[in-house]
Amino acid sequence: MRRAGVVALNTFREAVRDRVLYNLVFFALLMIAASVAVGQISIGIEQTVIVSLGLSAISVIGLLISVFLGVALVSKEMDKRTLYALLAKPVRRSEFLLGKFGGLVLTLAVNTAAMALGLLLTMLYVKHSLERSDAVVLVAVYFILLKLALIVALALLFSCFTTPLLSILFTAGLYVAGLYVQELRNLPIAVMSPAMSAFTGWLSYLLPNFENFDVMAMAAHGRAIPGTLILQNTLYTVVYCAIVLTTAAVVFSRRNLK
Amino acid sequence: MKLGKNVAWLLLLVVPLGFAGIWRLQHRIDTERASLSEERDEVLLRSPKLVKAMSLEYAPLLADVYWTRVVQYYGNKHLKGQANLELLWPLLDITTTLDPNLLIAYRFGAIFLSSPAPGGAGRPDLAVQLIERGIQANPEYWRLYEDLGFVYYFDMKDYQKASAAFLEGSKKPHALVWMKIMAAKVAAEGESFETSMFLWKDIYDSSADPSVKKNALMNMQLLRVKEDCRQLDALGDEYAKKYGKRPARMSDLAQAGLLRGIPRDPLGFAYVFGEGGKAELNLDSPLLEKQLMLERFKKYVP
Amino acid sequence: MPSPAIEIENLTKEYPFGFLHLKKRTSLEGLCMQVETGDVFGFIGPNGAGKSTTIKLLMGLIFPTAGSARILGKPIGDVEMHQDIGYLPEQPYFYDYLTAAEVLDYFARFHNLTAADRKDRVDRMLKKVGLETARKIQLRKYSKGMLQRVGLAQAILHDPKVVILDEPMSGLDPVGRREVRDIILELKKEGKTVMFSTHILSDAEMLCDRVGVIVGGKLRGVGAPGTLVDMKTVGMEILFELTGTANVPLLSKATRTGDCYRLQVAEEELYKAIEQLRGAGARILAVSQVKATLEEFFMNLVEADRAQGAAVEVSGQ
Repeated sequence: MRRAGVVALNTFREAVRDRVLYNLVFFALLMIAASVAVGQISIGIEQTVIVSLGLSAISVIGLLISVFLGVALVSKEMDKRTLYALLAKPVRRSEFLLGKFGGLVLTLAVNTAAMALGLLLTMLYVKHSLERSDAVVLVAVYFILLKLALIVALALLFSCFTTPLLSILFTAGLYVAGLYVQELRNLPIAVMSPAMSAFTGWLSYLLPNFENFDVMAMAAHGRAIPGTLILQNTLYTVVYCAIVLTTAAVVFSRRNLK
Repeated sequence: MKLGKNVAWLLLLVVPLGFAGIWRLQHRIDTERASLSEERDEVLLRSPKLVKAMSLEYAPLLADVYWTRVVQYYGNKHLKGQANLELLWPLLDITTTLDPNLLIAYRFGAIFLSSPAPGGAGRPDLAVQLIERGIQANPEYWRLYEDLGFVYYFDMKDYQKASAAFLEGSKKPHALVWMKIMAAKVAAEGESFETSMFLWKDIYDSSADPSVKKNALMNMQLLRVKEDCRQLDALGDEYAKKYGKRPARMSDLAQAGLLRGIPRDPLGFAYVFGEGGKAELNLDSPLLEKQLMLERFKKYVP
Repeated sequence: MPSPAIEIENLTKEYPFGFLHLKKRTSLEGLCMQVETGDVFGFIGPNGAGKSTTIKLLMGLIFPTAGSARILGKPIGDVEMHQDIGYLPEQPYFYDYLTAAEVLDYFARFHNLTAADRKDRVDRMLKKVGLETARKIQLRKYSKGMLQRVGLAQAILHDPKVVILDEPMSGLDPVGRREVRDIILELKKEGKTVMFSTHILSDAEMLCDRVGVIVGGKLRGVGAPGTLVDMKTVGMEILFELTGTANVPLLSKATRTGDCYRLQVAEEELYKAIEQLRGAGARILAVSQVKATLEEFFMNLVEADRAQGAAVEVSGQ
């Protein structure tokens, strides 16, 4: 476990030295600042617009980082052969994966925290004061982080057994599917056979449900989010990530390196 | 290799247990989120002008996206049996601003904006506004005039304006002949059973959208029921004149020679006489529930 | 007698290929080999013979189709055994955003060393491979030779008992190769077991206690370079200088370069020949044994293998 931590910190260090990351974060901050201009157009709902746009920016940038860096976690080490020397050390492949995952999640946490700070500062600028109810924005950002962690886990899994391009496509595809999973349950039951509707029911629970993490409307209107939901979403992410990472560990431990 | 086997066993354990946990968690999350009863903000952005400005050359594409959201929104609300369709107008507003030529949006809006709850938003005034925008962008499309006449006729009960709309529409290319006839009939008679039935049937036949069809069918059935009950009541009056009291059962009418057989509603359930001696739907008929809902919500329409 | 440092038993690696993965390509077949503790073992063969495959199997980077192997008595699947092994991959590449010192420190952290010990070793290693001055430069700026040295450093930093090097001399200039040779000899003096693969035969002849020759996925011979080739003396060679045109019948069998002549005679005939040459007034420059070389042995094997045709398909790069 300590060894996983060593890998994690190195992964974090790699991300810190990667200039692309800074560009992306800077872009997000720019979008947040721009939302001030947009907010001016819609009088009376400035806060709503700024929070909505800000959270959207954080989410989109975070997604890009998660998918692309997530896939690169393993595939870059395999392509560049840096993995060879590493696996010759007394470290298990599962520890390696866990470390990579931890490192990127840590990176994401730092980045989203920075962007959240930017958002709060923008809100402060517009409203000239922050109230306790504005803390809901932080909860919304935390939920985004949970969502990103899950995506990183999925990207990691795919990159363990398929090419980088396919991994990106699958991960993105699964994300989009996960947004509409809720709809699967709302499909008109009368239209389908019982077997089909049972199948879609099962599917709607097995697929990752990314809508769980969407609280943008509540954050935009400053409504508090109950602690139980925070706990449930955290648990959901932890359990789902555990499933995905275990699968990745099993797949990777049997993989012949080129 | 030994390690590989151990890890494989771990997987066999973790995956089912994990998903079992996910199953339970997801249910809990669903309950929690439902209890928040927060209006999931269907509208990405509220200002149509802003959306149009931001969409650049992708406006028609974005219009399609919004259109799907309209359909989903309506479907969801309908499924949950909720009556509050207040986001329907903003969604349609944005959709038609992005693409003024999206005819289906106008037609859909005509019906579901104007219909009273729970089937629609109960805002015929907004429906008129929407259709007029549609007519401005598509002045030669005769069906929009039909829709306009429809709204005036059914929901606003303004037969003058309805007739004018039908007349105007009858002059447009490809308009069907009945539009002219309808204009005259409505101007002369106002509301009538035949007119209403005809209009609803036309909507049913000319639309491919299942929601629209379902709604039209229901309206036709209820219209039929209303007409049947009116006729049965008339017969009941005759009976009362003859025998001094209102009939208690349908069979009384049959015995009196006023009816042949027991009349049934469009779903096959026999009509009955209610407490006030007026003809009513059978308690078993599914149409009764729909009728009651319409009656209930009519009270709350401002 | 101490048990061998590396024991390989019937190690086989097949790669499925083709449509539906029905065909198989055998890159290693039934390898049985041992490396004794304290030896320097050379693993030689042409490109694609299976040297890298064997080493990757030993390091757990790929998994055998059949057979097994043990290093220091522990099976190759045991990751903990890596504490005592150092490995230099072929064409090493390390994280280019790190400096040499950082890379060594990173790899060192996987071993159970105290922070002070680790720092000390990193410094020593950098000095040993001659990268002291470049320690703060990011690896992306390193030349191939420098990368090879970093690779060597990380392989021996933790003082392993067994050091496995995959083509350690490749891409190095003569100075670099000399340095690597010196390091290998130093390791031997420290009592470590060294196994390295190469296709440069002279290096193997010079450094190794024993060599294993692998061609076409099969082991063709293993043993000390001397015994392997069954070096019997083929004859003696006399190098002499002769001015003038003395009539020496032997001259017809000699090869001439200017005034210098090389003449091969059978061992029994040596002294007679020298007498003849002395009589003719030649100046003897050198007398040496003519032996079959490892290179000839090697080339014979390769040609025999090629002649066999596609009996064993050789794996590609």
